[in-house]
Amino acid sequence: MSESNQNKDVGGRTSERGGKSLFDKIWEKHVVKQIEGGPFVLYIDKHFIHEVTSPQAFSGLNKRGIKVLRPELTVATADHNVPTIDQHLPIREELSRRQVDALKKNCAEHGIELYGLGHPFQGIVHVIGPELGVTQPGITIVCGDSHTSTHGAFGAIAFGIGTSEVEMVLATQCLLQTKPKVMRINVDGQLHKGVVSKDIILYIISQISASGATGYFVEYAGSAIRSLSMEARMTICNMSIEMGARGGMIAPDETTFTYLKGRKFSPEGAEWDAKVAEWKQLYSDGNAMFDKEIFINAADIEPMITYGTNPGMGVGVTGHVPSLNEVDEKEKASFEKSLNYMGLQPGANMKGKKVDYVFIGSCTNSRIEDLRMVAGFVKGKKKASDVQVWVVPGSKQVEKQAIEEGIDKIFEQAGFQLRQPGCSACLGMNEDKIPAGKYCISTSNRNFEGRQGPNARTFLASPLTAAAAAITGEICDVREYLVDVNKEDAVLN
Amino acid sequence: MSNPTKSAFQAGNGIFRSTVVPLNIENVDTDQIIPARFLKATSREGFGENLFRDWRYNNDDENQPKQDFVFNDATYSGKILVAAKNFGCGSSREHAAWAIKDAGYEVVVSSFFADIFKSNSLNNFLLPVQVSETFLKKIFDTVQRDPKTEIEVDLERQTITITATGEQETFDINKYKKTCLLNGYDDIDYLLSIKKEIQQFETLKN
Repeated sequence: MSESNQNKDVGGRTSERGGKSLFDKIWEKHVVKQIEGGPFVLYIDKHFIHEVTSPQAFSGLNKRGIKVLRPELTVATADHNVPTIDQHLPIREELSRRQVDALKKNCAEHGIELYGLGHPFQGIVHVIGPELGVTQPGITIVCGDSHTSTHGAFGAIAFGIGTSEVEMVLATQCLLQTKPKVMRINVDGQLHKGVVSKDIILYIISQISASGATGYFVEYAGSAIRSLSMEARMTICNMSIEMGARGGMIAPDETTFTYLKGRKFSPEGAEWDAKVAEWKQLYSDGNAMFDKEIFINAADIEPMITYGTNPGMGVGVTGHVPSLNEVDEKEKASFEKSLNYMGLQPGANMKGKKVDYVFIGSCTNSRIEDLRMVAGFVKGKKKASDVQVWVVPGSKQVEKQAIEEGIDKIFEQAGFQLRQPGCSACLGMNEDKIPAGKYCISTSNRNFEGRQGPNARTFLASPLTAAAAAITGEICDVREYLVDVNKEDAVLN
Repeated sequence: MSNPTKSAFQAGNGIFRSTVVPLNIENVDTDQIIPARFLKATSREGFGENLFRDWRYNNDDENQPKQDFVFNDATYSGKILVAAKNFGCGSSREHAAWAIKDAGYEVVVSSFFADIFKSNSLNNFLLPVQVSETFLKKIFDTVQRDPKTEIEVDLERQTITITATGEQETFDINKYKKTCLLNGYDDIDYLLSIKKEIQQFETLKN
């Protein structure tokens, strides 16, 4: 990795050389005004809500006696706190049921479209937005969830907000925002076989740390990013927040347009042509200024695994937990606390570490390509006998597609459990928790203490690396097994 | 516009002084501040009792406090939380700010805050004060020597002072947010007041 700060020029970023970044182009079109000495009033085009971070926002509106200003610009779903089995039955846990019911009631009262449990479009908010074509290039998108950065893969400004801000958007379709700095991360060159988009983002975070992009909006560029499918790009943008970035984005191109064409809310006919012409202008100018720029060689990346309790604590699967003399003196206490939680020794090899659970799901990796990737690898194989494997599709549409393609059968034969859509064990809000002390290799985005359940221990990895661990029962280098992969069945990028 | 007292700064002429609780841990994420299983409530109140729940108790049991966690150490108390860098990273859950405020804190000091946590705090009249690594270390060292050390935060002048030694640093906050905190205004009040401009913008945009 190499870095450059030479373009550091926050104030004159767009004016000095005339060029504009992708971020600046979209931002400028959405500024209603700037408060003197303060933030910008930013107009929001699309707003997603879910059951966990919205009820207090609706209560706020009710307290003020006001209605949602533009209900047609908000889309709701239930995902964070829903069971992933027996979704046709009433939710057993009372608090969860009440929260999901509150969403239903609030949406009905305010005229907001809800894709709730049982609806064919229900699913994880960051999976359904793109698959329905609600997510489009050039727009501003927010949601009370930090992984809203996912939608930036389409060349949108998309970021997570708190509940007070959800209330602001419901009430006024606007937010008060300070303008972030802009960083470009360039990944060029050819990825090795077995290295997928999740590995790229875990590698980037391991290089710049869990706080390395705080205060920035990140644009991902370079030939390795360009070569990725739309879903793989979403995985990258999804985890921008894990290095502290406000959001991540990728300039739209033919891959984006092909993905969007014909989706439920995508424009049609002459409007489609007009939109595509507009979207083609969404790129960073050749002379655009960035506050920071990072260059990464795709060939340096190997399948990644995390060993600690923040997503920046990652290494290549053939690597080892840092030894004490490799850790900065100031960070030693936090490092030791983290390893103590994980039950790992400094300097230990990651390969060969036993796992108890495998979780394939979350807004990072639960789309059809992820499921295809896993199915392609496990077809004809069986899981290790002492490992539990949960596959949780990102949406009803992903679930349906998987069944149509026979992926459900492959999982069944492998001994994997295919559950119903939701956030599930990514955050352990529902019953899908990893038991205390157990190790889970997970395709989700956070390995924080207790994230997957009190005292659960998480290794973050790609769907391919997680699939390999499901079969062998331990962390392994998927590249050693790839001879088995039928390329037609597996989407490796 | 009614403005009930929402922050200590509004009540105390812009100045707040208290002993502190030192949390010398880096990268404290919002899952630690308030674990996800407590996010099932539909109101804003009551999150304080579960603040740092899993760091405070073994096996989620209030009868098994973790002795080495600062919140269980009677030596330290106060309404200013001081934490190491990258405080509030991870999930955007505003419940984290609600829990800290609900537990009685008025100020959080760190050398570095995660962006979303910072906005959430300000929107709840909980003041995030960003200081240099050096000053943060001074606070930790002073408080370790004397747990009764008081910190004074002057929002009007944007200064933070270790009162015993007089050591002081200035901090940043934008003019607009400062006015909000000093007067108990919130962003929604402001946005509602410019609704006409927003609607004009919509017309031009479409």
